[in-house]
Amino acid sequence: MKTCKIVSRKFHLENSHTLEVAKVHGAYNTLEKMEVYSSLEIIEIIKESNLRGKGGGGSPAGDKWVLMPQNSDNPSFLVVNCDESEPGTFKDRQIISKDPHLLIEGILITCFAIKAKHAYIYIRGEYKQFQDILQSAIDEAYKDGLLDNCDITIHRGAGAYICGEKSALLESMEGKRGHPRLKPKQKEPEWFFDHPALVNNVETIASVPFIIQNGANAYKAFGTKQSPGTLLFAMSGHVNKPGVYEAEYGTPMMEYIEYFGGGIKNAKKLKAVIPGGASSAILTAEEASTVTLDYETMRSMGSSLGTGGMIVMDEDTCMVSALKNLLEFYHEESCGQCTPCREGTGWTDKLVGKIVNKEGTKEDIDKLLDIADTMNGKTICVFAPAVATVITSFLSKFRDEFEAAL
Amino acid sequence: MSFIFNDENLLKIEALKKRYPSPKALCLPCLWMAQHQEGFISIDAIDVISEKIGIPPMEIYRVVTFYTMFHLEPQDKINVQVCKTLSCKLCGSDEILKHLEDKDVNIQHVECLGSCGTAPVMQIDDIYYEDLTPAKVDTILKELR
Repeated sequence: MKTCKIVSRKFHLENSHTLEVAKVHGAYNTLEKMEVYSSLEIIEIIKESNLRGKGGGGSPAGDKWVLMPQNSDNPSFLVVNCDESEPGTFKDRQIISKDPHLLIEGILITCFAIKAKHAYIYIRGEYKQFQDILQSAIDEAYKDGLLDNCDITIHRGAGAYICGEKSALLESMEGKRGHPRLKPKQKEPEWFFDHPALVNNVETIASVPFIIQNGANAYKAFGTKQSPGTLLFAMSGHVNKPGVYEAEYGTPMMEYIEYFGGGIKNAKKLKAVIPGGASSAILTAEEASTVTLDYETMRSMGSSLGTGGMIVMDEDTCMVSALKNLLEFYHEESCGQCTPCREGTGWTDKLVGKIVNKEGTKEDIDKLLDIADTMNGKTICVFAPAVATVITSFLSKFRDEFEAAL
Repeated sequence: MSFIFNDENLLKIEALKKRYPSPKALCLPCLWMAQHQEGFISIDAIDVISEKIGIPPMEIYRVVTFYTMFHLEPQDKINVQVCKTLSCKLCGSDEILKHLEDKDVNIQHVECLGSCGTAPVMQIDDIYYEDLTPAKVDTILKELR
C-alpha cells in the first residue's frame, strides 16, 4: 500500500498541536505563496487540483470558491464545518487535536483567496476537549502575529446532527434552530446574515496548504483521475485496529481494511460494510471485496463514499437490529421541519422495532419500502433521502433476514 | 429577574459582539455561558439573553429545546451520556448501559459522539471516556465522586 500523508503528516509527532513543533515541521511555510499568487490564482490552483469536499458530498471545492465575490463592500466569511456527527466518522477531530495549525494555515490561505477577513469554525458541542486544543492553537497563532489580518472564532454547537448540513449550520450560527434552508435555483454563495459565506469541511481546508505549496499536479499524483488526492478514511466496528488512516482515493476497500485495520475481529467472516458514514447504502461482503474507495466506484454500486467512515460488521451481526439502531438515530436527529422526514423516521423506527420484537408481518416490510419511497426526494435537505437509501439497501440486500424475523 | 451574568461572562459577551456581524449570533455562546454559570438554563437567563442579543425569549426557548446539550432543569446527579449508535453498539455499548443501571447516576442515551474508533464511549460533562469496559466505568465513577 502506497503511504500518503498529506493531512496526517504531523499526527505522530509529540506535541504536534503546538506552534513550536508545527513550525519546526514546516507549518505556515505556505503563507509565502500569498506574496506570489493573487487570490484568483489560488482559486485556479484549487480548481485545477479538483480538490473534492471531504465532508461527505464530494463536490469540487473550487466550484464553491469561485462563487465568492472578489470585489464587494459587503464583507465575506469563511465557515469551517467541524460539526462531524455522521455515525462512523471521527476524522476531523484528529486534525483539530493533532495538527490544528494545519487547519489555521488552510484557513488563512482560503480567506486570502475568497477575500474574507474572518473565519468561523463551527464545532459540535460534544467536542469540547478538542475545541480547547484548537482554541489554544488559535491563541498561539494570534500571539505570533499570524492572525493580524484575519480573525478566527470558534462557534460551539450544542448537540444536533443536522447542523452539519451547511445551511442548517448557518441558521444555527444566526441564533436559530438548525433547520436547513431551501436551495437556491441558481448557483450562489451561502449567506450568513446577508453576507456571502463559504462553508467547507475541516479536512478540505486542511488539504489546501499541501496543494498551494506543491501544486495541483502533486495532489493529483494521488488517487484516481476523477477523485484525486487522499482522504482520512476511518474504520470502526468489528475490526482489529479501528481508527483513522489516510489513504489515497481508489484504494481497494478490503485492502484498506486488512492493511490498516488488521482484518476482522476474532478471525470472523465479514458480513457487511457501511462505507461512508451511516447515511450511505450498505454493501455486502461480496460487494465490499470488489469496490475501491472513490466517489465514482461507490456511486456505481448504488452507494456513496460520503465521509469515508466505514462501519464494519462481522458474520454474527443481526441486520434487523443494526437497521433498528440506525433508525433510532435518524428518528432522534430529524430536525422536524418537513413532514415526510419527521413522520417517516418515527414510523419506520417503530415498524422495524416490531420486527425486532418478532411481531412484524410481511405487510410491515412492504410498508417500510412504501414509506422510504415517500421520504425520498420530497424534503428540503438530503437527510430523508439518505434514510430512504439506508432502509432500501438493508431490505434489498438482507431481505431474507428480515423475513426470517417475522 | 434573578439571573445576572457574572463579570467574566459580561466581558466575554462584549468581546464576542465585536466578532460577529449581528448580536443574534451570540445566542448559542450566551446559552453556553448561562448553563456553565448556573448548571442549567433558567427562564430568567433566557430573558436576560433576549435583552442582550435582540431575539425574543420564545425564540430562544425554541433554540434551547432544539439542541440536546442544554438543560432547562438543574442536574442533581452525575449525567452520564452513553453513545448508543451503531459502532458503539457493535462494540458493546449495551453492556455498558446495563452496567450503569444500578449506579446512582443519570443515564442519558445519546447518538454518535464521533468516537467510533474507540468504542464504546461515554461523556461526563465535557470529557470523553473511551474504550470502556464495565471495570473501567467503575473506576471512572469512583474517581468522580
